[in-house]
Amino acid sequence: MASHTVAKIRGIEAENELVKTLTLDISMPQAAPGQFVMCWLPQFSEEKPFSLSAKSPVRLTVAARGAFSKSLCGLARGQRIWIRGPYGRGFELKGRRILLVGGGYGFAPLRFLAEEAKKRGIAALAVCGARTKSLLLKPAPCETIFTTDDGSAGIAGNVLEGMRRALSRGKFDLVYACGPEKMMEAVAKLAQRHGMRTQLLTERYMKCGIGACGHCCMGEKLVCADGPMFYYEELKKNSEFGKVWRDKAGRKVPL
Amino acid sequence: MLSVSLCGNRLRNPLILASGVRGNSAELLIRAAREGAGAVTSKSCSLCPREGHSNPTMVADGGIFLNAIGLSNPGVEEEIGEIRRAVRKAGVPVIASIVGFSPEEFGRLAERMEEAKPHMIEADASCPNIEHGGKMFSQSVEDAVAVTKAVRAATSLPFSIKLSPDVPNIGQIAKACVEAGADCITAVNTMGGMLIDPYAKKAVLHNRFGGLSGHALKPIALKSVYSIRKAVGDGVPIIGTGGVACGLDAVEMIMAGATCVGVGTAVALRNGAFRQIAGEMREFMRKEGYRSVSELSLDEG
Ligand SMILES: Cc1cc2nc3c(=O)[nH]c(=O)nc-3n(C[C@H](O)[C@H](O)[C@H](O)COP(=O)(O)OP(=O)(O)OC[C@H]3O[C@@H](n4cnc5c(N)ncnc54)[C@H](O)[C@@H]3O)c2cc1C
Ligand SMILES: Cc1cc2nc3c(=O)[nH]c(=O)nc-3n(C[C@H](O)[C@H](O)[C@H](O)COP(=O)(O)O)c2cc1C
Repeated sequence: MASHTVAKIRGIEAENELVKTLTLDISMPQAAPGQFVMCWLPQFSEEKPFSLSAKSPVRLTVAARGAFSKSLCGLARGQRIWIRGPYGRGFELKGRRILLVGGGYGFAPLRFLAEEAKKRGIAALAVCGARTKSLLLKPAPCETIFTTDDGSAGIAGNVLEGMRRALSRGKFDLVYACGPEKMMEAVAKLAQRHGMRTQLLTERYMKCGIGACGHCCMGEKLVCADGPMFYYEELKKNSEFGKVWRDKAGRKVPL
Repeated sequence: MLSVSLCGNRLRNPLILASGVRGNSAELLIRAAREGAGAVTSKSCSLCPREGHSNPTMVADGGIFLNAIGLSNPGVEEEIGEIRRAVRKAGVPVIASIVGFSPEEFGRLAERMEEAKPHMIEADASCPNIEHGGKMFSQSVEDAVAVTKAVRAATSLPFSIKLSPDVPNIGQIAKACVEAGADCITAVNTMGGMLIDPYAKKAVLHNRFGGLSGHALKPIALKSVYSIRKAVGDGVPIIGTGGVACGLDAVEMIMAGATCVGVGTAVALRNGAFRQIAGEMREFMRKEGYRSVSELSLDEG
């Protein structure tokens, strides 16, 4: 039995100057939005976690940041990548009217969530933020409010501006957030002031991906096995959420 | 019914979180205790921080894990703080694991680790001796004894030496360690192995080789523990580790000669592993008429 599934890249779409979405020739019908896969490039000798941005077919939305993500973004149609997963606790789709708030490539798993919401007849409104127009992602399959810090597109300001705009149109049963941790914390706090719960998607340096090595710990939680989705209430007393990250050796680094 | 004693410590049950599995922070050790472990072992720490190997560092294949994490850890300086907090808050004995790359390093680590006041130290001697061509310390009597003597000279805390199963004479090695001053033997660490992806035409693990744990390790661990018990006699505690996933596995390990039972892989594979395994042990013992763990022994007639 092989540990990884070999997948061929069927399509590559540039979302913006930094982010590409790869469409693979495999499906994961049981996968939930918010779950992730470990992606191995044998020729590059590395493996890293990526959230699913669609399940049938599987899509990964990758921001070219460091060596690994750049090689992943540099692959051509027809080339193969090695996948294991899906892993972790994904978003729980609940309520009849939901608000999705994403920053940077964090908006990608929320698009998968919007797709699932649509299938179930749940009304979703999305807020997609970035520093500037050229870093925005494509809209979700629901109404999408864009925000940019520099005002080059959509509402001028951060995603909280977009979220306030959305809230001025009424209440939501639940808020879903994905993006930088401080951003998600701010989103969850604003949601709380409006009496709404937030599900958010966390990241930590991951090694095994399956709850064994403990490297992706965040306080007493393991991002790979207990998360990556957490309700904000579960993290409010967490000693490391919003504060500390651990590097490849496990040394604590301030966020 | 399940309580046992280990090197002067009372454990509410014989199940011990094995080193390197969900144990690399104080919070995780405290959590394992809350989830029912009788004692907890921290991730092995070295003198300097180590990044370990690159991914893939783990392959899972059914109930078997093959890992080559490469002993990543933040180094003893940061680890002392973690152990200190764990000792204060876990409510169960904390075993601090150390890993050196020479006997001297083991000695220095044991000395530093005393500051954190763990209940016990475990010396992971199943790592390569870089001064001796990369063979594991626990693969020769001479090297295992050198590590034991270095740790013994450095600390008065009770300590266990953790052995590799990848030897023909584990009993002899354990006996030599006990004679050199080890208070306890932990057996076993993982067994060397390799997995290949035929499409990639590559070893899956970045390090090519890794350590096999889980289900497939159980018969190897049972034989090792049995051989060690025969060699060291009755008085020396053994932490029997390898492939324990349910109450019967734990009972078998104790029947082979273990005093306590290390649980690693199963903690990742089974939700609430400690409570479940302890519950299953109790159920077996009740049904079979055992009143205490010390009554579990092999009928060798
Ligand atoms: C659950 C989860 C889901 C993720 N989903 C996506 C996604 O959908 N799209 C995407 O572009 N990226 C995602 N990431 C991040 C991705 O795994 C890589 O970290 C990122 O691509 C940077 O890797 P690099 O080698 O290119 O850069 P590096 O130069 O190695 O690192 C750049 C930054 O990423 C962090 N990082 C490096 N390795 C890891 C790792 N193994 N795990 C977590 N963080 C790491 C570093 O600390 C650094 O801050 C996700 C991470 C996690 C944990
Ligand atoms: C991911 C992982 C990391 C490990 N790291 C260490 C370590 O740092 N030090 C150590 O002594 N043993 C380490 N081990 C070995 C375990 O402590 C244990 O001896 C072995 O896994 C066999 O037990 P099991 O079958 O219950 O997992 C590790 C095992 C795994 C799976």
